Amino acid sequence: MSTIDFISLIPVLIIAGAPLLILIIISIFRKYEVVYGITLLSLIISFISIFVILPDIPHNIVPLFTIDYFSLFFSGIILISAFFIVLLSYSYIKQVGGFKEEYYIILLTGTLGAMLLTMASDFILFFLGFETLSISLYVMISFQKAKKLSIEAGIKYLILASASSAFLLFGMALIYTQTGTMEFNTLAIYIKNAGLLSPLIIFGFGMMLVGIGFKLALAPFHMWTPDVYQGSPTPVSAYIATISKGALMAVFIRFFISIQGVKSADFFIVITAIAILTMFVGNFLAIRQQNIKRLLGYSSITNMGFILIILLIGGSRGVQAGIFYLITYFIATIGAFGVLSVLSTRAEDIEKRSEIKGLYWKRPWLAGFFTLSLFSLAGLPLTMGFIGKFYVIFEGVKSGLFLLIFVMIVSSLISLYYYLRVVGALFAKQKPEINNETQLPTISYSGGLALTLISAIILFLGVFPGWLLEIIIKWIVL
Amino acid sequence: MILFYCIILLIAGAIVSWIAGKWSPGAARIISLLTVLTDLIATIFFIFIPEEKGTPWLINMKAEWIKVFGINLNFSLDGLSLLLLLLTFFIGIIAIIISWKEIKFRVGFYQFNLLLTLAGITGVFLSMDLFLFYFFWELMLIPMFFIIGIWGDKNRKKAAYKFFLFSQIGGLLMLISILSLYFIHGAQTGVYTFNFGQLTGTMMSPATAYLIMSGFLAAFFVKLPVIPLHNWLPDAYVSAPFSGTILLAALLSKTAAYGLLRFIFPLFPDAALSFAPIGMILGIIGILYGAKLAYAQTDLKRLVAYTSISHMGFIVLGVFALNHFAYQGVVIQMLAHGITIAALFIIVWSLNTRLKTRNLDSLGGLWSNVPIIGSMGLVFAMASLGLPGMGNFIAEFLILLGTFKANVVMASIASVGLLASAIYTLRMIQRIFFGKKQVERKIDDLSILEKSIFGALIIVILWLGLYPNPILDIASPAINKSIIPLQSQSINSVNGSGLSSNKNIYFLH
Repeated sequence: MSTIDFISLIPVLIIAGAPLLILIIISIFRKYEVVYGITLLSLIISFISIFVILPDIPHNIVPLFTIDYFSLFFSGIILISAFFIVLLSYSYIKQVGGFKEEYYIILLTGTLGAMLLTMASDFILFFLGFETLSISLYVMISFQKAKKLSIEAGIKYLILASASSAFLLFGMALIYTQTGTMEFNTLAIYIKNAGLLSPLIIFGFGMMLVGIGFKLALAPFHMWTPDVYQGSPTPVSAYIATISKGALMAVFIRFFISIQGVKSADFFIVITAIAILTMFVGNFLAIRQQNIKRLLGYSSITNMGFILIILLIGGSRGVQAGIFYLITYFIATIGAFGVLSVLSTRAEDIEKRSEIKGLYWKRPWLAGFFTLSLFSLAGLPLTMGFIGKFYVIFEGVKSGLFLLIFVMIVSSLISLYYYLRVVGALFAKQKPEINNETQLPTISYSGGLALTLISAIILFLGVFPGWLLEIIIKWIVL
Repeated sequence: MILFYCIILLIAGAIVSWIAGKWSPGAARIISLLTVLTDLIATIFFIFIPEEKGTPWLINMKAEWIKVFGINLNFSLDGLSLLLLLLTFFIGIIAIIISWKEIKFRVGFYQFNLLLTLAGITGVFLSMDLFLFYFFWELMLIPMFFIIGIWGDKNRKKAAYKFFLFSQIGGLLMLISILSLYFIHGAQTGVYTFNFGQLTGTMMSPATAYLIMSGFLAAFFVKLPVIPLHNWLPDAYVSAPFSGTILLAALLSKTAAYGLLRFIFPLFPDAALSFAPIGMILGIIGILYGAKLAYAQTDLKRLVAYTSISHMGFIVLGVFALNHFAYQGVVIQMLAHGITIAALFIIVWSLNTRLKTRNLDSLGGLWSNVPIIGSMGLVFAMASLGLPGMGNFIAEFLILLGTFKANVVMASIASVGLLASAIYTLRMIQRIFFGKKQVERKIDDLSILEKSIFGALIIVILWLGLYPNPILDIASPAINKSIIPLQSQSINSVNGSGLSSNKNIYFLH
């Protein structure tokens, strides 16, 4: 490995070193705040280092890594999301029974896996990142050992994720058998020259799609979502909804674009079908939901359906629209889960709609943040969610994907209904069912900071998105 | 820039009022009142600005917003928007004053929502960039949703959701149309822009133009409302607090009428021409059906809500009659209807606060209890049914005159609407103020504040009725320069291409 290899990997190395550092420190003395601070610092330093190494990009470390603007941009988004999630985890994890500091170690390793995924241009790194992320998630989901629901969610996720990993690996193996290569680019050349694809390859792609579809919670691989989202500690639900899906989306986009999947009619049909199915399933299952965590889980399913559309748009334009939409989705989802986690006490999570009734009259700022996040997810003007949706519709119509855009708009409408219901509950004049004797927990500074920043971003990018759009269009070219 | 500042002032006032409301409700009310008053005074100054040479605009402002998509901050003021802005701020002040006594709960937040709604309405009247127009169109919805949902009566939840979902569906259909227009124009000229001026005259096949126009019409017809998209209206109007109802009835419906006048004909001249007979029929249905439903009501607030549908039917009729008289009538009707409907709802509110009931069965013979409310009621009932001397008469007369030029049969049917409005209005007045006396106890009559509100309203409606010329003069250039030339052009083009059918002959008087 040459110097420049190391330099271009600095962000990853920092996130790899931080868990080790924390492990060592924990063995000496346990102090929650110290570990928390180190985690935050490592995330910040890694983020800054991205800008430091920019002059040396793009750089490929053959055969595994492709470190270009796309992967660094995505890594940056992942780091920022992890930053917010850590801020929001502070008070939540503090009241978990048993050992707490390990949470941050596992969160960092998960983030490491996610960042590796964004840089993967090869099956091996793809799988490595995938597994690192998955294993970290197994631990994070079942972190609240005292809650039965948490362990149940962890086991469900473990079994299903392992099965899907097996599918993924098997698919990769089949493709390797046929083509003799694991690299995306070489694969692309092979496919271009092959003409008719052999059944082995098609089968391999199909199995890979199962593995990817599970992680992204696309229909019909979405069944795990509501239970796992509900059972996990609330910050971890945010993590699954954003970083896990986002990282996988990154590698999927890279994979799909490099093999020019959009040119194949079969792929097109399959992905279109999955997208439409996903959008509908997510919406219809969400309508009857009383539990907000499950509802947000379903909403994340629907949003992934929207992002699939950009895959079909193909080319740089679709990727740019997709990245912007992902950013809006990340921020809004973290905001929504964030409010829930900040409200949760030791005894139980705040998750039912009846529990947040009338929250505005007791905690106006929290209710306002929550409303803003939900409005952004719904795509109402003034929020960045609106610009994001508009961008996807814009590119979609330009590429002629009218059916998909129509389904997207209908889905947005349906989703409005269930988002509005939650917002309506916030402002209802009845007293909330939260026990009036036990005070609503005082919001920690870090949680408050995170929520304030998130809401500011939602509003700011809703009104002044131009600068970010221009950055994305200029730099993110696949 | 001044136009942009008007909107920003409203938003800033909203935020300040909200914050001030935490300490003192009175401060919140005063701040919001002053904000709208400032804008009203500014708008009055705009009356005296001469037109910019060569353009129909009094004030024009353009700034970049999202360059990537070709979206600009393009605000323009002409005679039509000027009049509507005056109406907006005037009614806004009245709504704030009504909320003084009506809204006691979280006053600051209420003023925030009220001012934000006004900001959205102002933006709609001023935007010349289609994306911006859509942005403000959506912006009107959310605070209104909160107003209905938080401060409304026991059915407020259902009313608020219905209101929001109906309007949002219409809005999304309009968004699809706007985007389609954007892309078609871009594909043809290579310039991707949302600017209204540049988008007019885009070449489209008749079928495409009709489809895209339908998207716009969907949004406007939901808001006007036009039967059968009116389902949200009675619930929303009745469940909203009176201050909110005044905003809904007097202002939000006018945004749709404005949209029809401003956008439909310049963008889709031929499609609109072929739609015009259907439009007129829809207008007539609105007039007659609204009147019939109004006659059947026992809830006073619901009754006035249905009269609103009926009067808006005249506007729809006038817009699609396609001639100068009808358009003048439409402009006056927008103003006059705004005034009268606000006044009628204030009367219902006065009775409601004093008697705790809106049911016609429990009201009667109130003239002896509260003669002043009675006389106000009578005045505005007369205005509403179109008594000469009041603004509504001028409006409805001009509209019928214009419709007569276009299609005699339709005009005759529409005139029955005048008869119908007389019936339900007089029934309403008779049931409330005359007849057997139901309430024996002493009731307070109008306070000084209420008397002054009514006084202002009466002055305006009499002015519109007796001396509408200044208003018509302000509006005429806008109507002439923006709208009529495109119509005569389209009529000529229809003629020239040999597509004239029997229907068109009616329009060629």
